[in-house]
Amino acid sequence: MSAGGLWRPRVSFSLWAGAILALMLLLAAAVSFVWTPYPPAAIDIPHKLASPSLAHLFGTDDLGRDVASQLLTGSRISILVGLVAVGIGLVFGIVLGLIASFSGGWIEDAVMRLSDFVFAFPALLSAIMLTSTYGPGVINAIIAIGVLYVPIIAKVTRATANGVLAREYALAARAAGRGPLSIAFDHVLPNIAPALIVQATIQFAGAILAEAALSYLGLGAQPPQASWGRMLAEAQNVLYNAPSLAIYPGAAIALSVLGLNLLGDGLRDALDPKLKARS
Amino acid sequence: MRRASVLISASLALVLSAGFAFAKDSVTVGMVLEPPGLDPTSAPAAAIGEVTHYNIFEGLTKIEEDFSVTPLLAEKWTFSPDLKTLTFTLKPNIKFQDGEPFSSKDVKFSFERFAAKDSTNKDKGFFASIQSIDTPDPMTVVLNFKDPSFEALYHLGTETSVIIDEKSAATEGTAPVGTGPYKLSSWTKGASITLDKWDGYREPSKIPLAHATFRFISDPSAAVAAMLAGDVDAFPRFANVQALGQFRSDPRFQVLVGGTEGKTILAMNNKKPPLDNLKVRQAIAYAIDRKAIIDGAMDGLGAPIGSHLTPNDPGYVDLTGMYPHDPAKAKALLKEAGVTTPLDLTLILPPPPYARQGGQIIAAELADVGINAKIQEVEWAQWLSGVYKDKNYDLTIISHVEPLDIGIYANPNYYFQYDSQAFRDIYAKVSTAPNLEAYKAALGEAERKLAEDSVNAFLFQLPNVTVADAKLQGLWKNAPIFVNDLSAMSWK
Repeated sequence: MSAGGLWRPRVSFSLWAGAILALMLLLAAAVSFVWTPYPPAAIDIPHKLASPSLAHLFGTDDLGRDVASQLLTGSRISILVGLVAVGIGLVFGIVLGLIASFSGGWIEDAVMRLSDFVFAFPALLSAIMLTSTYGPGVINAIIAIGVLYVPIIAKVTRATANGVLAREYALAARAAGRGPLSIAFDHVLPNIAPALIVQATIQFAGAILAEAALSYLGLGAQPPQASWGRMLAEAQNVLYNAPSLAIYPGAAIALSVLGLNLLGDGLRDALDPKLKARS
Repeated sequence: MRRASVLISASLALVLSAGFAFAKDSVTVGMVLEPPGLDPTSAPAAAIGEVTHYNIFEGLTKIEEDFSVTPLLAEKWTFSPDLKTLTFTLKPNIKFQDGEPFSSKDVKFSFERFAAKDSTNKDKGFFASIQSIDTPDPMTVVLNFKDPSFEALYHLGTETSVIIDEKSAATEGTAPVGTGPYKLSSWTKGASITLDKWDGYREPSKIPLAHATFRFISDPSAAVAAMLAGDVDAFPRFANVQALGQFRSDPRFQVLVGGTEGKTILAMNNKKPPLDNLKVRQAIAYAIDRKAIIDGAMDGLGAPIGSHLTPNDPGYVDLTGMYPHDPAKAKALLKEAGVTTPLDLTLILPPPPYARQGGQIIAAELADVGINAKIQEVEWAQWLSGVYKDKNYDLTIISHVEPLDIGIYANPNYYFQYDSQAFRDIYAKVSTAPNLEAYKAALGEAERKLAEDSVNAFLFQLPNVTVADAKLQGLWKNAPIFVNDLSAMSWK
């Protein structure tokens, strides 16, 4: 496809399915702010491990808390962690990537080797290390996940920005004496945005998964905060009496992650056909 | 008639021979934690005793399931009337597993080693209270105490008082050599420890099982799966009480529920404001509903307690009525104490389900009276360093499983940081009581003082839950101390 050709977004099945699932996630979080069937942390021992009924749509857990309310409220943490962690990754990653790309030479090498260094550790393992050192909690989990996203975004930014900087219009702008900041904002960022949006969507899904894993291990959200990962961990003790307690949060995590991944794929097809051809 | 009896005896013989042919001579016991070493006299982990006590190592006396004390290496003993001199007559012809003979000099060596300056024995204070040890002949040991020592026979029955041999003393942690019926066969770190019956034991015919394996399974649901799959024959101190229903309804299994010496408490940092204020601590005690915690976290198992003793202990006084569940009173006390609500406190929870689940219930109950308990879940290592060592906490939930350990409140540097001369005076009466009546009376006074000062919020006695193969017998229902007495186990 030539650069000046007519560009029309291609709306695929992945985009639709992903968008619907992601919207459902957002909707659940939005609803939880105004309404939940019960207060999510309300303990009701006499009615523990109740089966699904009209009073408790998904039943109650081992402390008698309403599962439906917890599922709704749990989506907030997932979204919060996803947004902020990806935000941290984007802000620092783009800055680092652009610095690397614009300066070239040893600075570029240094930034990239540093990224490789962080990259070399399995993301979840590093997050576990960070949260167990600085104490469990949502904020530390967000920082831990966000820090690990910086090198990913930095690498994508540098690679795509290098491509843009080699283009004639970027060269022309340089020749005309425009500073790096104005080139970055006028030419580079708009052109690398599609790749970053796709990357951010997929990392969002990863962040939800990472938060669930950390909370499952007791390093993320602390009770009485409702979190899908915590719900899974607590369901484990009663896995044989009430297996459904593990299925609900598990399904919620799986659907959210699936939805965001599909959305990411769909966006990539729509925004950046070249990437699709390569993959 | 005669034909019938012949038939019966014939079929009985068949059944018996079939039974013998298939009789299992080994057992696999599940444990939550792996011991860090195998010397119960030099490290505090309870798991060491669970593997080695009574099996590899033996003490002079044996604490039985019902809390009574019977002879083990000692044949008999006599106490002097002032309870300051204890004379043991040892059993003859006992050997250590490396062939060394057992005699009174081993007892003297062991106890002096445990009391030594560099000793890391958990019960060092007790051994230090022995003024001198006389060994008039190889079969007689005389312990001379500084003060009347009413609890001596009890201390001598715990895993910290087992007798070791001078020759192997330094290496007991990895290559234990005791006088017991079992020897260490192999240790697969992180997975299991296997013991084999020792043929040189004094009464080998009384030991039914030839092999025993301890498997370490820390995850509560993995423990359930291992029991269901038959990988483990018995799981004492089974932590996942929520899963008991399915074992109760399955004829392949038996479920035993007894009591331990575990006093489950909501511990408070008595020096940290505002918890240094008696009224705040009392408010917390009033805010807590023990029944809800026992029902919610322990599935209804466990007896409520009102001070630092369990209903199994001598001298127990029921003080659960001192602070009934009364949120209104709790709020009033907080107001009197002048604290601004909501009051922010940290609540640190170690891994056992009683803490993790009980903690959420307690946090909800505290929230009702205006205390915002911020929960922090930690692993054991973090609990030991942060709470126990550095005393960096407000509230935590823990079960103190050591028997007769009310003396920890006499130590102002213990992690509760409870500093009361009045209590120390009472405890002096307990530890030097000249007879059972005085001992019980002094204990009652100590319990009452702890409850009045509301040092901690006392919750419930930790139940001893054992899930086992229905055909396995000889298991302990109650657990005054944490041991697995393999010599008593056999298959039906």
